[in-house]
Amino acid sequence: MLPHDPLCRVLYVDLARRRSWVEERTDLFAETLGGAGVGIRLLDEECPPGADPLGPENPIILTVGPLVGLFPVASKTVAMFKSPHTGNLGESHAGGRSAVALRMAGYGAAVIRGASPTPIYLVIEEGQVHFRDAAALWGMHSSYTAGSVLRKRESGSGMRSIMRIGRAGERLVSYACVITETYRHFGRLGFGAVWGSKRLKAIVVSGKRSLPVADRRAYRQTYDRIFQAATQSELMKKYHDLGTAMNVEPLNSIGGLPTRNLQSGQFEGAAAISGERLAEDYLGRRVACAHCPVACIHLAALRLPYPNDPYFYKTVMLGYDHEPIYATGSLLGLDDVPGMLQLMDEIEVQGLDVMSAGVALAWATEAQERGIITPQETDGLVLSFGQAQPYIEAVRRIVSQPTDFYRALAQGVEHAASLYGGVEFALAFGGNEMPGYHTGPACHVGYLTAARHSHLDSAGYSLDQQAVQTGADLIPKDVADALLAEERWRQVLTSLVICLFARSVYSPEVVLQALSSTGHNWSEDGLDKLGADILRRKYKFKQREGFSAAELRVPQRILETSAPAGPFDEAFIREAIARYETQVKSHHSGESKR
Amino acid sequence: MVKRLSVVDVDRCVGCQACMFACARRLGHGGLDGACIHVRSAGGIRKGFVVIVCRACPDPPCARVCPTDALRPREERGVRLKADLCIGCGNCVQACPFGAVLWDREQNKPQICVYCGYCASYCPYEVIALEEVEPIRTTEEMPHAAP
Repeated sequence: MLPHDPLCRVLYVDLARRRSWVEERTDLFAETLGGAGVGIRLLDEECPPGADPLGPENPIILTVGPLVGLFPVASKTVAMFKSPHTGNLGESHAGGRSAVALRMAGYGAAVIRGASPTPIYLVIEEGQVHFRDAAALWGMHSSYTAGSVLRKRESGSGMRSIMRIGRAGERLVSYACVITETYRHFGRLGFGAVWGSKRLKAIVVSGKRSLPVADRRAYRQTYDRIFQAATQSELMKKYHDLGTAMNVEPLNSIGGLPTRNLQSGQFEGAAAISGERLAEDYLGRRVACAHCPVACIHLAALRLPYPNDPYFYKTVMLGYDHEPIYATGSLLGLDDVPGMLQLMDEIEVQGLDVMSAGVALAWATEAQERGIITPQETDGLVLSFGQAQPYIEAVRRIVSQPTDFYRALAQGVEHAASLYGGVEFALAFGGNEMPGYHTGPACHVGYLTAARHSHLDSAGYSLDQQAVQTGADLIPKDVADALLAEERWRQVLTSLVICLFARSVYSPEVVLQALSSTGHNWSEDGLDKLGADILRRKYKFKQREGFSAAELRVPQRILETSAPAGPFDEAFIREAIARYETQVKSHHSGESKR
Repeated sequence: MVKRLSVVDVDRCVGCQACMFACARRLGHGGLDGACIHVRSAGGIRKGFVVIVCRACPDPPCARVCPTDALRPREERGVRLKADLCIGCGNCVQACPFGAVLWDREQNKPQICVYCGYCASYCPYEVIALEEVEPIRTTEEMPHAAP
């Protein structure tokens, strides 16, 4: 690391005592790069065994990496915490301006400890931290408004990130998210509830500084190579044109789009909610994360009439992606696009993880259809697939929690099903709700084994789709090994905080070039060992907190509904999980080599 | 003909700030310090973006308020900074109606666009371009021509 690179500076904030200080942690960043690697090390240091996820002992850790501010598409911030949703490892990534802002403020990581007695927000600038009163912002109806107020009140426009929670976070819904720059999210595993438990409404980070490079010529050459690949490759073009919503139609055509709580893998209304149709009828603007020329963020412009006031309209701008479309569209049987978009918008207003919210609503609908829950539990609300308005009301109730049922649903589908029944169709994996792919056994093995129980950890859907294309049979051992190899490499990418959409741009060779031109000396072998080491650490943390692969619940519904790379049975899944577990632990490659 | 940077179509801006990073990189480092172009949201990202560039004014207000002639009108249009004369008063920042005079806090001096167009070559969406414009005045007509 170059002498004047501020990456090694870790900002510590104590919310209880309203103090902050900086520690230089050069070794930490030299050994583990940044992002996920530094994050899990800091979590090991900060989070005591058995910590209450909503207690002051649970830290908030935000980390960025060495390439941020230097190269395109190194644009993510990694959040580490103990998840109030699963009671285990919490890790969530967001883009927006968060990573560039934190790096430009002169920090590689922030560790936020303790809890404030009263609502506050933090302003993090180069060289100082302000603790500001947020009593007036607490309880505000809309997460959008909280963002607008801070945008006016604080300085640094164009150089800052405004991260905030909605009412869902304040009211400790276990899958509340943290919103950054309105349209990006630390979506999963309840990071927003951790903020709520600390009475931390928002963090505004800003800065504008220079970063040293080791070799100007090599730096510019590497930059241009990455920039060209990011703007001109076919893969990046598809993210640019239709965004992730491009997946909806192809996934549906092979029968892998979870529909009506995964009673089917095909949705007859898929054409209506496809990326193509949304772009043609609703796309209002495309925007980018800071330092990403790809601009995959797609905003729908939804014009809504006021029903009792003729010629009175409002236009809502809201972000859509494959996962929100799956969670509020096909999974709820909704092909009424304005209704689906309004539901997405309400979830955003409240500050919930859209995927978990959609899965919770889908389970509740099926449970009500089967008579497991009655209108008495739902306080008179009748949920039914394809009907948007009751879902919008249900989202509000998940946050306001008027009855025991909504209080249960606010803790996720695993928890609600454990109280009310219907566990066989509760779509949760390791306690986390299902992503939008039902492609075959590999995606489900991935959800179960992956450190975050996310489709982005090891991309099992991709293995399934390859098998469909080639007609090859999937074998549990091979699936486990391929998932593990992918998840290990992704530890490296997420330690560099490279957006995973650019994974093909950042080959190991390009990563090494980018690192060496900016003063970080690594070898491919060193990166490989680091990836294995980070994943091993994550598993160690998970096991310390009670995770057991053998005790993972396999939702029966995934075995019943045909999948493109199917059929498969529970024995397949169990065998793959067991293989994965022995392999992830057996590679005790230990210290990373540099 | 002289060249200046021009915002061709601000509605195509996605806010990636590749132009800002390019301007800083021109100086041989990473990050954003030193960038002479600024992109910010137009009051929240949903409203789109504002791209702030030096328009190379024919009669630059920033130069008019410079007490030390550190900022001098260029021969045809726009300004040039003689950094050794600058006392860091910041009058120029106040004078520019577009906010296009950005400030280098480390040097305590303005950051002035040199109309090189390096930023435009990194704009993937043709928002900005280096364009040729008619020189508005000759050296004799310059309001603040050096004696």
